[in-house]
Parts: sequence; structure tokens; C-alpha cells
Amino acid sequence: MALSGMRGLSVFISDVRNCRNKEQERLRVDKELGNIRTRFKNEKGLTPYEKKKYVWKMLYIYMLGYDVDFGHMEAVSLISAPKYPEKQVGYIVTSCLLNENHDFLRLAINAVRNDIIGRNETFQCLALTLVGNIGGREFAESLAPDVQKLLLSSSCRPLVRKKAALCLLRLFRKNSDVVNVDGWSDRMAQLLDERDLGVLTSSMSLFVALVANNHEAYWSCLPKCVKIMERLARNQDVPQEYTYYGIPSPWLQVKTMRALQYFPTIEDPSIRRALFEVLQRILMGTDVVKNVNKNNASHAVLFEALALVMHLDSEKEMMSQCVALLGKFIAVREPNIRYLGLENMTRMLMVTDVHEIIKRHQAQIITSLKDPDISIRRRSLDLLYGMCDVSNAKDIVEELLQYLATADFAMREELALKAAILAEKFAPDLSWYVDVILQLIDKAGDFVSDDIWFRVVQFVTNNEDLQPYAALKAREYLDKPAIHETMVKVSAYLLGEYSHLLARRPGCSPKEIFAIIHEKLPTVSTPTIPILLSTYAKILMHSQPPDPELQNQIWAVYSKYESCIDAEIQQRAVEYFALSKKGAALMDILAEMPKFPERQSSLIKKAEDTDADTAELSAIKLRAQQQTSNALVATDQRPTNGAPQVSQLGMVMIPSTSDAEHNAVDQGLTQANGVSVNDAPPTADMLGDLLSPLAIEGPPAVSTQLDHNGVHGHEGTNGADDALALAPVENQESTVQPIGDIAERFQALCLKDSGVLYEDPYVQIGIKAEWRGHQGRFVLFLGNKNTAPLDSVHAVILSPSHLKLELSLVPEVIPPRAQVQCPLEVVNLRPSRDVAVLDFSYKFGSSLVNNKLRLPAVLNKFLQPIQVSAEEFFSQWRSLAGPPLKLQEVVRGVRPMSLGEMANLLNSLRLMVCPGLDPNASNLVASTTFYSESTRAMLCLVRIETDPADRTQLRMTVASGDPALTFELKEFIKEHLVIIPTTAKPPAPAPQAAPTPPIASSDPGALLAGLL
Amino acid sequence: MGIRFILMVNKQGQTRLAQYYEYLTLEERRALEGEIVRKCLARNEQQCSFVEHRNYKIVYRRYASLFFLVGVDNEENELAILEFIHLLVETMDRHFGNVCELDIMFHLEKAHFMLEEMVMNGCIVETSKTNILAPIQLMDKAS
Repeated sequence: MALSGMRGLSVFISDVRNCRNKEQERLRVDKELGNIRTRFKNEKGLTPYEKKKYVWKMLYIYMLGYDVDFGHMEAVSLISAPKYPEKQVGYIVTSCLLNENHDFLRLAINAVRNDIIGRNETFQCLALTLVGNIGGREFAESLAPDVQKLLLSSSCRPLVRKKAALCLLRLFRKNSDVVNVDGWSDRMAQLLDERDLGVLTSSMSLFVALVANNHEAYWSCLPKCVKIMERLARNQDVPQEYTYYGIPSPWLQVKTMRALQYFPTIEDPSIRRALFEVLQRILMGTDVVKNVNKNNASHAVLFEALALVMHLDSEKEMMSQCVALLGKFIAVREPNIRYLGLENMTRMLMVTDVHEIIKRHQAQIITSLKDPDISIRRRSLDLLYGMCDVSNAKDIVEELLQYLATADFAMREELALKAAILAEKFAPDLSWYVDVILQLIDKAGDFVSDDIWFRVVQFVTNNEDLQPYAALKAREYLDKPAIHETMVKVSAYLLGEYSHLLARRPGCSPKEIFAIIHEKLPTVSTPTIPILLSTYAKILMHSQPPDPELQNQIWAVYSKYESCIDAEIQQRAVEYFALSKKGAALMDILAEMPKFPERQSSLIKKAEDTDADTAELSAIKLRAQQQTSNALVATDQRPTNGAPQVSQLGMVMIPSTSDAEHNAVDQGLTQANGVSVNDAPPTADMLGDLLSPLAIEGPPAVSTQLDHNGVHGHEGTNGADDALALAPVENQESTVQPIGDIAERFQALCLKDSGVLYEDPYVQIGIKAEWRGHQGRFVLFLGNKNTAPLDSVHAVILSPSHLKLELSLVPEVIPPRAQVQCPLEVVNLRPSRDVAVLDFSYKFGSSLVNNKLRLPAVLNKFLQPIQVSAEEFFSQWRSLAGPPLKLQEVVRGVRPMSLGEMANLLNSLRLMVCPGLDPNASNLVASTTFYSESTRAMLCLVRIETDPADRTQLRMTVASGDPALTFELKEFIKEHLVIIPTTAKPPAPAPQAAPTPPIASSDPGALLAGLL
Repeated sequence: MGIRFILMVNKQGQTRLAQYYEYLTLEERRALEGEIVRKCLARNEQQCSFVEHRNYKIVYRRYASLFFLVGVDNEENELAILEFIHLLVETMDRHFGNVCELDIMFHLEKAHFMLEEMVMNGCIVETSKTNILAPIQLMDKAS
């Protein structure tokens, strides 16, 4: 046994090791802690060596899982020790024992800073590492500039710089407001030119964080990353020390390809080609070799390359290769590769449309569902869940059901839930759905939540054809000797409602149904009894002519429960008893339940709640986003007051269609407001279900999942909950703040055709547009900047009446760091300045982020600048004699600009300035063609007369062959001329008494004509 | 953010080294280590090296009596981490010469020094064994 340099420490460690049980260990540790405490107390006699020894003991004890609540001061104080060994211990133990919020850490800031700015590079390294591991805000504030300097310093050795890179990464991540990275793209590009692979590895981590935060700023670094990949792939200039089993630093390769995945696309064809060459080489050239380390390392690189191809290959040049490789991987024996094959196939499903190809591997994937390794089974389950659609739902769900019987405990609930969701989503016919759920309850009743059986009831209630079948099935299950209580609930409910449809079948008379259900009553728990009581009431009502014997049996049950201690049971017993004496009235009151309002599944909500293991959730989320449940929204938001904050809607100009939404929001909120969530037992709502027709006519407002509060369905009728999807609007003051000014971005996009429309820490929406006449086409680039999938993505276009907008399907999930492109077709019907709005929302964690973004499908996009000769211009100008075809206005509050600037502005609005047409040098004349379906191509002429003495006012004349166009165009130009076009209201029209501009003395048309 | 923790645990489930790159309270650590050790140590050679647990993915590797367990987030490249473990072991091998559990146990500080050179704030700093070991050798010479 090698002894450490610190004898006392070694002795202590072997003492602990020799302890025969936990109790002895505890005693030994307590003794040592007492010893250390005493030593620290009389600090006089403590040498640095002793201090070091005791501090290590503390760390050892802490690692064993014992609380060490003293001595932190001593650890921190070692940081200021003059000699390296003590200092090193001080740094390492401090960063193990303390966290960034620890008060003692503050004491060390000065010492740490001295080490960082000092000359001793080993000290620098220690200090940088500590800050890199636990540095908090105060460190960022006092050290960030120094650390940046070290990183970029050319005189610093690599060993310091690589630590500075990661130290800066920490400071940036923790306090991005303190660490200013504006303008870092150049420095980053310079860092990526680094030859030293250690520095490069660290810098790449820093780069990933920066580019994840804002890739736009780092386009210039993209070619550098590709260069690095080329250098590594060709093994050029890679020192032996950085080659791992013949592979040039696999970690740096992986990191670099990770960084590249933050860029939405690579536009430069030559860079793209260079990268794809490298990727192709990796994809083709990775062979299975004997040496396991080499194999792992090369496959680490290969899997990262696959991910990058999936991300970038929108052209699908290499996608089929990827699928083929993954298909191979999921069939190999090597478990790691198989695991990763399944995982990446699931990822691929999210990125591209490869369902059909992946379906070919279904049998193989199902085999993995039975693998002895739970990690692989989970991946397989996720993949099956993700690849399920109508065509294969039956096979997959049946596999899941079969597996359920033998599945481990840990997976059953998830399995049951997934099977239920898939059955519901992709049921080829509803009777199959009922079969699946009943089987599910039968096989894994403990894992079938109430939501699942509530959902069956909804389906059956809403589908008349299904009712006899469901009742029959329920009846069959009751014959089984021991059935799960959930099965008792669901079959009792179904038979109460629909057993009369079976009356002619053997064993299905009211009496027999009652008998077989009542048989279960002694075995069920309290919450189930009320359901049975309701069922009895229904059976009684359906037995026509009344059967006195049955009646007496049921009355006996009611009278037994009349004094039940459970209020719910007692109330039902008393009420049903009284009702059943009413004769004919009973028929009306206990009539069959009306249909439930259509609603989406709350199972998905349930799926998200099983959050214990987020890893296994990925696929559930994936699906969930494809089917956002209304119920989910209502329960998640928990509005505290019902006042709809429609003001949020008014934030931007909303076209007229939004009225309906306002109402919808109203309703949604009122509905949600009355509902307390999830806590009350389901019994109450079952009562509500049965009794609601007493109070109101029409559909029962009681949803089995939602109204668990015993509202008894008095509120929220008329399918108000269908509108709940809009409820999140009130949650808009969520913490997710947009990056950059939305209004400014919009303004910029009005003048150009591509750029960023919206950005926040998680999402970036880019836009690219093409215009042709009165038609246009946007491509929305929805990018997930996040490392987790983006859920519940919704994009709805609120289009003004003059535009016809058609948005292609927006996927509800955006995979991590992926970007999806959604084309949006635009047709301009007539001139208008109204703006189309993109209502974009997504879910991050539990908060819903919603934004209403104006789309730059604005008037000038339908303009085509046209050069006209003087002759054409004047003849037109004259023929458009006056209002309403030619309008003139004096505009005040104009943003002061030179004539040249104004000409540029007009040109950028696609109004072609025709120099020389107007001999007055202070005037501008412009022409353009406007396209819309109603106006066709229409020539527009504009004249602006400025006052050199007062740049804040001007006179504008606009003429065209269409009165509406003339007006709209005039207003439009005005909006762009006055200060801050969007937010500031255009100045009020000049009052009559306003001082006349010098040039306004006569009609400009005439003036122009005269000048001719 | 990459690596969340690195554990070295022997096959009796005793922690020999624990390095966290995110702050967890002592209770959280104890619970987490217990759960992970129970999950991973029960696995056999034919099973894969990845275990999903809570928000983590555990990438682990066994060397004789010692398990190396690395907790990463869902965004890490699993195989790269698996080989990083091996790199760590090779580095220790170079220093100790055929490293064993006792080396790590009785030279906890050296194991920490090495890790400190290799990982910082959950990111890989250095993969060259020579560079990783340089400071330790410097110190050994000095003492």
C-alpha cells in the first residue's frame, strides 16, 4: 500500500476502511471531526502542513457523506498561503466544500484576484479553476476583464489560457449581464485559429455557450469550425499526445460538431461542401474495430456526425446513409451502439420525415423492447411511441400490451400511459380503442390512472355506435373472478348508462346486471361506492316495467347507506332513494348522459406529470406537442382571477378576426376560474355528471378530468373549454424576455426580405421572403436554441381581411437545437396598411411563452419600383386630377433627414425616386407599381416637397388610379417619414390654420406642369 | 452543461471519490449516490454503459473492483464520455502505474489534482496525459 505524503491522513483513511459497519465508521468520523475542531480552535500551533492535512480529512469525511459544518474558514485561508502545496489544497478543497453563495468565498476574492493577475502561472491556473468551478456574481464583477485579458493574451502560455476560457464560460453563463461579450465574434474567431489543442478544446466549450446564446453574432466563426474539423479529420498538425487510439482528439471533434449544430444552416456553398466532405468521410470511414476504446471513440465521432447531418442536411443528400447506418446499429449486438442507434433514430424522427423508412425496422425495434437491459427497453419504447401512426398503431399497441404483463415495475405506468395515448390517437376504430383500454385496466389496473378510464367514458358517451359494444365488453369483464377496482368503476359506469341496450342478451337483464355489480361492492373502496350507487339508480330507472323485487333490493342498499359516514355516499343514497320514489320524474332526471363537449385528451397532461424521470419523457413530450390538450392548459395555468387580460392582445394591431378570440379568451378564463385543480376525489364529479341535468339542460359541463371540484356543472357550459387553448394569453408576462426590440426587428424587416423576426433565450424566428406581384412567400425559420425540445409550439396567423395567408403545418415540437422551416403563402387582395400577425407560442418548462408578432407582409412588399420617363409621369400626374385619386397632405413631425437619406428611404420602400423629373432640387418624385388582386398592377406616383429651412415638415402628394390605394399609400409613406413609425402616432393632420409651407402656394401638379 | 458529477465507487458501493460540478446539498448527494449505485452496480457486462436516472444520464465503466460513474445531461455524447473515463484511468495508470482502488483512496488529493486538470466546470479542459500530469510531477519533484 502506497502511503500518502500525509501520514495522519493515511492512518485516518485506513481506520475508516477497517470499520466493520456504518456505526463504527460514524464513531471514527465523529472522533476525527472532534479532533479537527479542537486543532482548528487553538490555531496558534497549526503549521501549514497540519492545516493542509486536516482540510483533506474534512474533504474525505464530506465525501463519505457526513456533514462538515466547520473549518471552511481554514480551507479558504489556505488560498492565501504563499507556498504552492498549501495553496493548491486550499483551492481544491474550497471548490469541493463551498458553493458560489457561500459567505466565506467572498473573503477569498482578493486573494484569488491577486493570484489571477499575478505572475505565477501555476497560481493563475489554480485561481482560474476555482472561479471556473464555483465563481459567482461577485467574482464575475471583479474578475471578468482580467480573465478575458488572460485568454486573449499572446504572452500567456496555453496552460493558463485554456483555464481562462472555461473560467470565462462560467462567468458568462452565470452572469451574462456582467460579462460583456458584445463584439466577441472577432476574438472568438481568433481563438478558433489556435493551434494548441488544449486551448482549442476549452475555447470550443466557450464557443458553444456563446453561439447557443446568439448564433447570429458568430457567423464569422463557422468557417473556422469547419477548418478545425478538416484539420482533425485529415490528422494534420495533431500532436501525438492529442491522438487517442489513432483518432485525433475525439472530444474536440465532438465538441466542434456540437457547435456547428447551433447554426441553422450553412449558406456558403464551398464551406458547406468542405464540411459535408468531412462528414461523408466520417460516415463512410468508420469501421468496427476490435479495440473497444478505438471503437468507442470513433463511434462517438460518428454519432455526432450523424446528428450534425440530420441537422444540416435539408437537401437530404446524406440522410438515407444516416438512416441506413442507424438501421444497422439497432441490430448489432454491442449494447452501447444499439442503445445509441435507438436513441438517435428517435431523434431523427423529430427532425425529418423518415417515418416510412424507420417503419421498416419495426420488428427489430420491437425485439429491443424485450431486451434484458432496461436502458435499451426504454429507448425502444420511446422510439416505438414516436414512430407510431395510424398504419402501425394496432401492432405497436398490442406489443406494448403484451409487454405490459411482464414489464418491470419501473416501466409499467409509463407503458400503460403510452399505450393509452397511442390507442386514443391512432385508433383505427373505436371499438378497438375500448378493447385496448379495458385490457390495459385488466392487465395493469394499478397503473391506469383515472384519466384513462374517464376518457373511455367520454368516448363511449359521445359515440352511440360504440355504446352496446362497450357495455357488452364491460359485462364480460365482470364475469372474471378477480377484477381490478378501476375495472369495477368503468364497467359499473358503462353498464349503468348502457346496459339497457343489452337487455335481450342472456345474463344482461337489469336484475342480473345489478346482481353482478353488487357482488363487487364489498370489495371496493369508498370512492367507488358512489359510482355504484349511481349505477343502481340508472338500472332501476331502466327496468321497465318496474321490477318490485329489484326495486326493493336497491332501496335496501340505499337505506343502508343513508347513514353512511362518508358524506358523498350518504348524499347519493338519500337523494337517489328520494328520486326513485318520484316515478316518472326519475326518467327525466336520470336520463342518459348527454354528449360531452369535444375535448382533447388530458392524458398528455398526465404524461407530463410523470416527471420523475425526465429522460424517459422525451417521447411523451414529443407526442404531447402534437396534441396539446386543452385540459392541460387550463390546469397548468391556474389563473388566479378570471379577468381576461385582453390588453395583451391589443399590443399590436390585430385584424378584425380577433374579436372571436377575445370572447374565447373570456370564456376560457371563466371556465378555468371556477375550477380547482385535481385535488378533490373523483367522486364529486361523478355526482356532478349524474346530477347536472337537474340544474341545466344541455350538455353536461362536467368534464371528468377537469372539474374535480364538485362545481356540479353549473358553470362553463357550451364547450367553453374548447377555447381554453387561448387561455395562455394571460400568462404573457412570463419570465422569458425577447432579445432585441421586436418593433425594431419588424421595422427592419419591412425594408428587407430576410432577417430575424423574433428572438428570446430559447427561440429564434427568422424570416425570408420572396415577392412576385401580388403574391409572396415567406419562409419562417423556427429555431430552437435550447438543448431540450421545444414543446407545444403553435403558430397561428391572424390575417387582416386584405391578405390571404396560408401557413403550412408547424410541428408542435422543435427538437433540440433544430430549426424547422415553415412556408407561408401570401396573396394581396387589395391595398391596406393592416398588418398580419403571427401568434406564436411555445412551452418552456411549465411556462407558456406567447408572442404576437407582426409579419412584414406590409404594403411596400407589393410594390415594384418602376422607372418612368418624364413624359409618362406628367401625363399620368395630370390625368389623376385630384381627390380621391390624388391626395395631398402637409406632414409635420418628420424625422429630419437629408434629401439623399429620404431618397434612400423611398427606394428602400420600393418607390423609385426619379431624379431630375422635378426641377426643384428640394423635391423628390418617385414612381412604383402596386400589385393586388383587386387593383392588378397599378402605377403610383409620389411627390414630396421639402422645406430646406425646416426639415421636420414637408408636403406629400400621392396619386394612383385607385382611391383606396392612394390613401393607403400616402398614409403608409407618412408612417415611415415621421419619427418612430410604429409607436408614435402619425401627427394629426395639419390644422387649416397652420403656416403654409413655402412651396404650397399653388397646386404642385400645376406647378410641375408649368415647369415642363 | 456537460458533466455534472464524477463518482468512483467500489463494488461494495463505497464512494472513493466524488466530484460535483453543480451544487447539491449533502442530503441530495447521499440520496443520488445511493440510487445510482444501486442501479448501476446491479447491471451486468452484457448491458449497455448508459443508465437514465432522473435528469441525468449516467455513463459508467467498471475497472476491476472500481466503478467510474459520470453523470451528464441529456446533451452529452455518451461514447465520448465513456472514453473520457478511460482516458482518466489511463492517466492515473501512467502516474500510479497500474492504478488500483487503494491508490485512489490513499491518494485522494492526487486523484483530485488530475481531475482538476481534466475537467473544469463540467467541461473537458485537457486530454493530453502529459499536460494533465505536468503539475503533479512538478509537485512531486518539489517535495
